[in-house]
Amino acid sequence: MRVLLIEDDEQLAGYLQKALREVGTVVDHAGDGREGLLMAVGADYDVMIIDRMLPSLDGLSILRTLRASGNRTPVLILSALGEVDDRVAGLRAGGDDYLAKPFAFAELHARLEALLRRGSTDSPQTRLRVSDLEMDLLARTVVRSGKGISLQPREFRLLEYLMRHAGQVVTRTMLLESVWDYRFDPQTNVIDVHISRLRAKIDRGFDPPLLHTVRGAGYILRDNQ
Amino acid sequence: MTTSRLLRSFTFRLALLYMLLSLGSVVVLLGYIYWATAGYMDRQVDSTIEAEIRGLAEQYQSRGLVGLSDIISERVSHDPKGASVYLLADASFAPIVGNLSDWPRAPVSASGWMRFELRDWGRDRSEEHEARARTFRLRGDLHLLVGRDVRDLQATHRLILDALTWGLAITAALALGVGLLMSSRVMHRIEAINLTSREIMEGDLSRRVPRDGSGDDFDRLAENLNRMLERIEKLMAAVRQVSDNIAHDLRTPLTRLSTRLEQARNSNPQQTPDEISRAIDQAIEDAQELLGTFNALLRIARIESRSSQGDFTDLDLACLAQDIAELYEPVAAEKDQELSVEGQDPVPVRGDRDLLFQALANLVDNAIKYAPPGCRITIGTAGRDAGAEVSVADTGPGIPADLREKVFQRFYRTDASRSTPGSGLGLSLVRAVADMHEARILLADNAPGLRATIVFPKRGLEPD
Repeated sequence: MRVLLIEDDEQLAGYLQKALREVGTVVDHAGDGREGLLMAVGADYDVMIIDRMLPSLDGLSILRTLRASGNRTPVLILSALGEVDDRVAGLRAGGDDYLAKPFAFAELHARLEALLRRGSTDSPQTRLRVSDLEMDLLARTVVRSGKGISLQPREFRLLEYLMRHAGQVVTRTMLLESVWDYRFDPQTNVIDVHISRLRAKIDRGFDPPLLHTVRGAGYILRDNQ
Repeated sequence: MTTSRLLRSFTFRLALLYMLLSLGSVVVLLGYIYWATAGYMDRQVDSTIEAEIRGLAEQYQSRGLVGLSDIISERVSHDPKGASVYLLADASFAPIVGNLSDWPRAPVSASGWMRFELRDWGRDRSEEHEARARTFRLRGDLHLLVGRDVRDLQATHRLILDALTWGLAITAALALGVGLLMSSRVMHRIEAINLTSREIMEGDLSRRVPRDGSGDDFDRLAENLNRMLERIEKLMAAVRQVSDNIAHDLRTPLTRLSTRLEQARNSNPQQTPDEISRAIDQAIEDAQELLGTFNALLRIARIESRSSQGDFTDLDLACLAQDIAELYEPVAAEKDQELSVEGQDPVPVRGDRDLLFQALANLVDNAIKYAPPGCRITIGTAGRDAGAEVSVADTGPGIPADLREKVFQRFYRTDASRSTPGSGLGLSLVRAVADMHEARILLADNAPGLRATIVFPKRGLEPD
């Protein structure tokens, strides 16, 4: 994975570069807007992380320029402005996801993975499969090892999201935004309880367990470890 | 209000200008009246004299000197008051017949008109009065003079002039008086606004511009100014509170974090790597918590200072309540609490969907956190006449009546709640969200427990 990071805060950029390299990505870094735009058009990246407030050229202008020139690389916008209208402005300018500072690296990493995945599998699927767990999106049924599992509508959407992002870490915020469609801070870990209910239905009595908790980050659905 | 300030004031100048304008128009009007009355009378007299002298000239032509003398004598005898003046004189201006003793020595205009003093004639000889006459030269070098005593006419002139002058004086006095009164009234009200602004500039933000409730321009100006001041005061208070909060309430956890890290560094060599990493984990947790508190504070401040309702959408409170219940039901079930929703009918409101969801989530979260196991939590919605409302009621310990206002303060925690994790910002955020929606948040006794209700303002009639 090749990532372009356009961020003027040296400390944050250094930290992010180090952390991204640790998870096995190639990172290029630009410290101001103009340089960032030149790098973005000059090379092929899998995903870009662009800060909104930059010297010489702001993040949204870079994004608009890229989109106007036909560049479709997924972009994650970073911003200290976390309000809804700022987020909307970011997405409208052509951003694919928006993350407000401060954030945990796990959250950023999970979102980057999700962006990459979105780029590759855009064809409409009717069946999802992870190990022996199968989901039929048309019949709205879930089967594991040939045994039918009955799920509430919300549990179905939750599992669908996890299966679509199988093998990737998904954070609680990502789940709240995508499955419940609300942007808010739940204070207590309401999601954990929903996950443990779902886990009871899809993992209890089956082997191996598929739904794992990733400490300090979120959850992952995968068939080994 | 000093005189020089009065003279400099815009309203006074305006009043003065209006006064001059009205005086000007009154002068024009009175001038016309004078011309139409006194002037008309003058012209009447002139044309009568003109007609008479032409008549006499014709008589002279047809009947000769004797005939003319007869007519003049007759007219004189018919006019004992002497209102008319006649004189026929020969070539050397010696009188032949008429009621004047001499040919008057006064300049004659090109058209034959003259004015002279009547002295030796009339009943009242002591008095001099003016006569206006026309002279005519007859064939045979005779001079004819016909005139009128204009004493009465002049008296009338004076009368009219006097009346007009008084009228003008009264108008001027009235205009000046009303102008002064008006400008001092207007200045008084502007001065009230100035006074308030000065007091505010000196630091008293609670001052308000006095209103008289009349709903006129000044009253509306005062109302708008007051609204603006209220908003400014609120924003200032919010800014001050955030800085106060940072000073008071964030120092403690920061100190704790720093102490924890210092202890980890200065630990004795026997400490296992496990223990050190646990200390670091704890420090990270502290830092995360601090960040969370910061975010919550900033969020509240931002919501409070946000005025635009631009991104409000039409939404259904009942639907929001269902979603909240569905999200929190498993959490409640884990604590053996029963979470249910009352009211299925749609309750339309206009608002920010995510923020309202956050507010409801905070209320439900509080209910689950503070009510003991076995309690019932009910989310209710209703579209009452007074406006839409949504409530979260529990059967837990509730909040004592005297603390129900305090719990909305930032970082305030009741003694009973201190053992439970929490930032003390949840209800502050609920209030900020409610304020932003112009809604009221009410805490009441649920007997037993607490009932928190958000009451939305009644929606105005909308075209759609």
